[in-house]
Amino acid sequence: MKDAETVKILAFHAEKCKGCLECMKACSQVHFKTDEGSEKSAIQISKKNGSYIMNACDQCGLCLDLCPVGALTRKKNGVVWLDKKICIGCQACVGFCPTNSMRKAKNHIEPFKCISCGACVRACPENALELVEKQVQLIKKTVYHKLGAE
Amino acid sequence: MVESQIPISDYQTGNTLHKWDLKKLHSKHKTLHKYSYKTNSINKGYANRTLYINLTTGEIKEKPVTNQMKKTFTGGRGFGLKLLWDEINPNTRWDSDENELIITTGPLCGVTQYPGSGKSLCLSISPSTDIICDSNVGGFFGPYLKFSGFDALEIQGKAKEEVIIVIDGEKGNISIETAPDEETNSHLLAEQLTYMYASEDTDRSRQKISVVSAGKGADNSYWGCMNFSFFDIRRKVARLKQAGRGGLGSVLRDKHIKAIVAKVNDFNGVSNHPSDSDTIAKLGTKVHEEIRDLDQYQCKMRTVGTAHLVEIMDDYDLLPTENYRFGSFPKASKIYSPEFFKHFSKIIPDGCWHGCTMACAKTVDAFSITTGPYKGQKVTVDGPEYETCGCGANMSLWDPLWILEFNFYCDTYGIDTISSGTAIAFYMEMYEYGILNKERCAGLELCFGNGEAALELLHRIAQGDKDEFIQVAGKGIRRVKDWIIDKGWGESQLVNDCGMESKGLEYSEYVTKESLAMQGGYGLTLKGPQHDEAWLIFMDMVNNQIPTFKDKAEALHYFPMWRTWFGLNGLCKLPWNDVEPEGNAETDEPAKVPEHVQNYVQYQNAVTGWNVDKEELILQSERCYNWQRAMNVWMGRGRRKDDWIPYRSMGPVTKLEYLSRKDRYEKVLIENVEVKQKELERMSTEEKMKILYDYRQNQYQKLADSVYHRRGWTPNGVPTPQKMKQLGINDKKMLSMLQEKIDEDEKAGLNKWGGNYKGKEKPPVKDLKYWEKW
Repeated sequence: MKDAETVKILAFHAEKCKGCLECMKACSQVHFKTDEGSEKSAIQISKKNGSYIMNACDQCGLCLDLCPVGALTRKKNGVVWLDKKICIGCQACVGFCPTNSMRKAKNHIEPFKCISCGACVRACPENALELVEKQVQLIKKTVYHKLGAE
Repeated sequence: MVESQIPISDYQTGNTLHKWDLKKLHSKHKTLHKYSYKTNSINKGYANRTLYINLTTGEIKEKPVTNQMKKTFTGGRGFGLKLLWDEINPNTRWDSDENELIITTGPLCGVTQYPGSGKSLCLSISPSTDIICDSNVGGFFGPYLKFSGFDALEIQGKAKEEVIIVIDGEKGNISIETAPDEETNSHLLAEQLTYMYASEDTDRSRQKISVVSAGKGADNSYWGCMNFSFFDIRRKVARLKQAGRGGLGSVLRDKHIKAIVAKVNDFNGVSNHPSDSDTIAKLGTKVHEEIRDLDQYQCKMRTVGTAHLVEIMDDYDLLPTENYRFGSFPKASKIYSPEFFKHFSKIIPDGCWHGCTMACAKTVDAFSITTGPYKGQKVTVDGPEYETCGCGANMSLWDPLWILEFNFYCDTYGIDTISSGTAIAFYMEMYEYGILNKERCAGLELCFGNGEAALELLHRIAQGDKDEFIQVAGKGIRRVKDWIIDKGWGESQLVNDCGMESKGLEYSEYVTKESLAMQGGYGLTLKGPQHDEAWLIFMDMVNNQIPTFKDKAEALHYFPMWRTWFGLNGLCKLPWNDVEPEGNAETDEPAKVPEHVQNYVQYQNAVTGWNVDKEELILQSERCYNWQRAMNVWMGRGRRKDDWIPYRSMGPVTKLEYLSRKDRYEKVLIENVEVKQKELERMSTEEKMKILYDYRQNQYQKLADSVYHRRGWTPNGVPTPQKMKQLGINDKKMLSMLQEKIDEDEKAGLNKWGGNYKGKEKPPVKDLKYWEKW
């Protein structure tokens, strides 16, 4: 299989966001079939210094090299995907995620993450979210592996 | 730049590939015994039964795990002690029919969220020491044994022909089969059986198999280790971790077991059915984050594993060099961890159980073998760990490639690198003194630095060479010392002072001459000189945090108990203090890593549903620790005389050693022994060495006095019935046995303090039977 060259990732326009959290409700619907949002959403909107910030997986793939059972792969469309059937819930990807975007919800041992499905983009009444295409090579990150501190 | 994010299926090691006709190999198997059982699910960390197999009679049965058993022994190594107590007798030796080989798990074993939670604890009567040896090991077998439905596996008796034991946790079947045509050496056998028993022809399926084996070296020596496999889906290699110490692999082979295979169905992050999985995940994630953020500044476990210790030990004069004569060496930088780092394959999750992000199990892939039966092949070498590098230093072998080859052959032959490396270093020193020579060593020029001869010795041991030296050499230092002395080749004091063994077990790789507490950490142990009970050198020698006998005794109580706890639960000790949380140095007791201790309290509670505190964790260990010591006593050991350590671990045996650190020793003579400067100037080196010798021997005895007292033992080192009762142990057979032994010691006049106290110095208490008042 040819490696994916591009991937769509979420971009956030903070100036448009009004904090309605519709995006989080839509996301929890995708992952857990509930509109409760909060910790069951892969996208997290919070307020910092008076403006809204977003946290969601940027598809860097650092976690791919941490999964001991190969549950994490980069799909043909470039998205980093967690196969819950293979996952053994070790939380290595959660603990090592450089942006803290790999999440764990209560009572579910397997983590979950943004899969760039666009549900949140569609749900946002203010057009504050969009999916933008990036070159995988440019956003790729590698887990620390050198000798000595950086 | 190292390439990352390589799809798992694309990764290539470059190793020599093997083509086996597995169907043909399997068709030669004959099933001797079969047993079916009802698979059940684990409840709060326990499978609530153990598996008993008798290879002599073919009996296979389940034994229940009672609540009382959990209360007294917790699990893991504790369960192993209980099972041994029920099945062996004081005269059982390693090759007795009733001796057992036990593999245990522990209630936290198999958890995937908290780093270092996949350890198995193995126990048996050791060929080296004639008492119980416990050895902990990674790899997938322990978790798979538990997921198959058993907290422990207990194997008694001996098979008439070579067998493999297959535990199929998928179907609930156990079978004992002949396996005549498979390889014996582990790197090949583990691969054959992994491919043979996987349900499907996929790497994911192969990852659900784990194989325990020991190679031909274990057949022909007392150094046999057991290799526990863990299939690496990226390298497509059945990698190996070792239960190294005490010759348990030799017991496996003596029972005619070629391998034990465990196979599991799908498991997940909550297969242990913990009481509170969210808390475990929270604790585990916190440690993953600490490792992510701090390991690169602290121990560099993720990049070089325990090999990072080589340069530190060399810096502090603690790296054993030329059979522990020295603690550093000008050539040592040739085997510093960066030299191994160059060869390690990188960016692979190297944990020996899932979720261990400390990932210290480094490998060299496509390593070219230059000697022995696999010469010319390319293989994956697991390691080397610090201890194996230390063995290189001890044999004065400063070539990383040689150390890798030594590591590879030890593993596949099923030989413990520590025991063999330390022993060969001793043979080399004897060679240097002419006590051994080429003729006495079966034609091998076994001098320091002769790597070719050292590897040749390993190959000849593995081949079962019948030469007198090869035969005795593989039995280790204690037997070789006796052999040399019997032959009249060397003066017994020199030989005994130089041979680095205690209780019959070879030392692991730290120089302890300047740390009295660490001498106790090696000598005042249950199984022999292994650093898994206490590692106190920095606390004692470098930071001077435990200056008095009482302080040292407290450390030699707390740390052995604390470290024992990991073995009761199926855990690895490394994530406790090989990564420290930020701010640890500012806590009251940084050496204990208080935040991590608290993690473990919460972790055990979250799995088991108990409500224990940190004091109870120590009590859990104390019960088992005392039980094991009591079993040593039962077997005629476990007394002061058995805690003897060689003088090489206390001070300079030879003039060369003394002179190489002359200033240090003269400072001790002036400051501690109170020899006047002028007197010192008049003395010969031999006279000064003798004074130092007597002083340090006496210090060790005084330390033993303090430690025995702190542990609640008699002055001869026997756990007292009163102490056992305090711990909640009421086993009548155990308590009356201890009283009998104490009475015997009393009659023989052995219930007395060992130190010679002068002036204001005092033994720990005046009353030699202080415990009777409890």
